[in-house]
This record gives sequence, structure tokens and C-alpha cells, in this order.
Amino acid sequence: MHIQLNGEPYTLEAGLTAADLIDQLALTGRRVAVEINEEIVPRSQLATTPLAEDDQVEVVHAIGGG
Amino acid sequence: MTLQNDTPFTIAGRNFSSRLLVGTGKYKDFDETGAAIAESGAEIVTFAVRRTNLGQEAGPNLLDVISPSRYTLLPNTAGCYTAKDAVRTCRLARELLDGHNLVKLEVLGDETTLYPNVVETLKAAETLLADGFDVMVYTSDDPIVARALEAMGCCAIMPLGSLIGSGHGIQNPHNVRLIVEQSSVPVLVDAGIGTASDAAMAMELGCDGVLLNTAIAHAREPLRMARAMKSAVEAGRDAFLAGRMPRRQTADPSSPFAGRING
Repeated sequence: MHIQLNGEPYTLEAGLTAADLIDQLALTGRRVAVEINEEIVPRSQLATTPLAEDDQVEVVHAIGGG
Repeated sequence: MTLQNDTPFTIAGRNFSSRLLVGTGKYKDFDETGAAIAESGAEIVTFAVRRTNLGQEAGPNLLDVISPSRYTLLPNTAGCYTAKDAVRTCRLARELLDGHNLVKLEVLGDETTLYPNVVETLKAAETLLADGFDVMVYTSDDPIVARALEAMGCCAIMPLGSLIGSGHGIQNPHNVRLIVEQSSVPVLVDAGIGTASDAAMAMELGCDGVLLNTAIAHAREPLRMARAMKSAVEAGRDAFLAGRMPRRQTADPSSPFAGRING
């Protein structure tokens, strides 16, 4: 299955959830926020949110800025 | 005789003792970021929201250095050029911070000036306020725009002193003063502060606070400049409260004329 992850093409197995993706990215337990198709996915719902073909996924974190 | 304490500095119902707000960008490393911010005495600290670097070893996180338990975190929308992007960024930030709803809205016009795009800023503010955010808003030093943003419900108005990162200080103190005098919510100079005297000037104009980043991060000694900014904001605030002496055209001796030995 193909998705867009942080603006880049990304391939993963079908049937995975947003939490599975975060796990694959070794970001489980890190302070990140996830948006799918421009909608926030609350942390509590990552495990129950399935990913679909062509989903636009953003995974963001805090960085230095003014 | 004793001095009366200053009134508290209140943003969106929360009281703060420091009137200096700082950013976390442009530091050499997280050690310097943490040390400079501690030295500044700031209680409100702003940061940016960006895509995580995929495929790289996850290093230390900014929020480990700037702990949400120690500081009031102020996510910003730096880098956003449309209302839509700014709103998305704020919603991501709220998720990142477990529902924390205080944000610094900035919608920029172009990369050369980073000047606020007030049309998009007004649109974004409307959406964010309706969505329950407390919005501190970066804007131009235009009193009419400032009044509109306050009327919408923004919790702080933050006119630029000069262009972001320019260090040119406060280019139009008269406009900043007009905004201060008309506003019922806190007014902070955000952007353009280059050195301690600029921060003191903002406070002497009657601003409630100052937000800066580069002036500390790009000083030769950031920790010392952080301390200088802390002192400058306190000194400027006291000078404003104390009320400056009137200016005179001619000299006025501080020592009495009476009793001079040549009299």
C-alpha cells in the first residue's frame, strides 16, 4: 500500500493502523502529533485508525523556533 | 517608603512574573538553548512545529529541554503563509501538547521580509478563536489591524518592532505607543529586538512584554545577552511605571543655587 508520509511516497503493508506506522518509524512513545488527510488523529485513537491507500500522513514534532 | 509591586502580567487568564518571552531557534545546541532560556528568566517559551525527520535516529527532543512542566509553551505558526496552514499547525500543536490551547499565530507574507500577511492572519484568527484557541497574534504595527484582532478576541497583540531576525529595533515607536494606548489586552513587541536597549524601549513605550529570539541566540555570548534582556525588560518596565521626567530645553541644576561660596 502506498501513502504520502511527510510529503514523500511511502510503502507499507495493507491493513496497518496509524499506531503501527508510528511503531515502524520508531516513534512510539515520542512526543509527536499525527494528521491524516488534514485531520488530527488524537493519540488515543492511533491504534484504532486504519491507514488507506493514498492517505496523506503528517507526523510532526517540536523544534527550535521563534 | 516602599515600592508597590507591579500588577501581574496576565495572558489568557494565566499570571506570569516575567515579561520576557523567548524563542528556541538558532541556538548552537540544546544545552545552549536550555541554559540561555533559564538565564533569561522567561516563563513563556515559543517553539516551531515541523515534520519529523524520517529514517534518522531520533535524537533528544526540544520538549525534553524546555519541559512543559517548567515553562508555559507557546507553539508558533512560523513558516506558514496561509491561514489554512496556520490553523493546521495550531491543531497539530494542540495535539502535541495534550490539549494546551495557547498559540502564537503568525502568517507571513513572503520569505524576504517575513512581514505579517494581515489578511490571512485575520482569517486564521477567526477560525482558531472559534475552535477554542487562545491566540497571541503577531501582526504589523498598524493600530487599525491591532484593534480588529483585539475585537475578534485575540488574547495578546504582538506588533513587530522591525523585520523578524533583523535586529533593527523598534522602527515605529509612535505606532507601538498608539497600539498600547488603545488596547485592553497585553501588547508585546515581537520581532526586531536587537539588543537590550531595544527591549527596554519596548517596555518604556508601555508594552506589557517583549518576545525575542535571535538577539539572544546570535549574540556572541547568548547566556550573557539572556541576562541582559531580563534586566532590560525589568528596567524598562520600572521606568514606564515610574514615569519619565519632563524634557526641558535648558539646563536645570540638581544642586541648589542657595549657599554657594561664590554667592
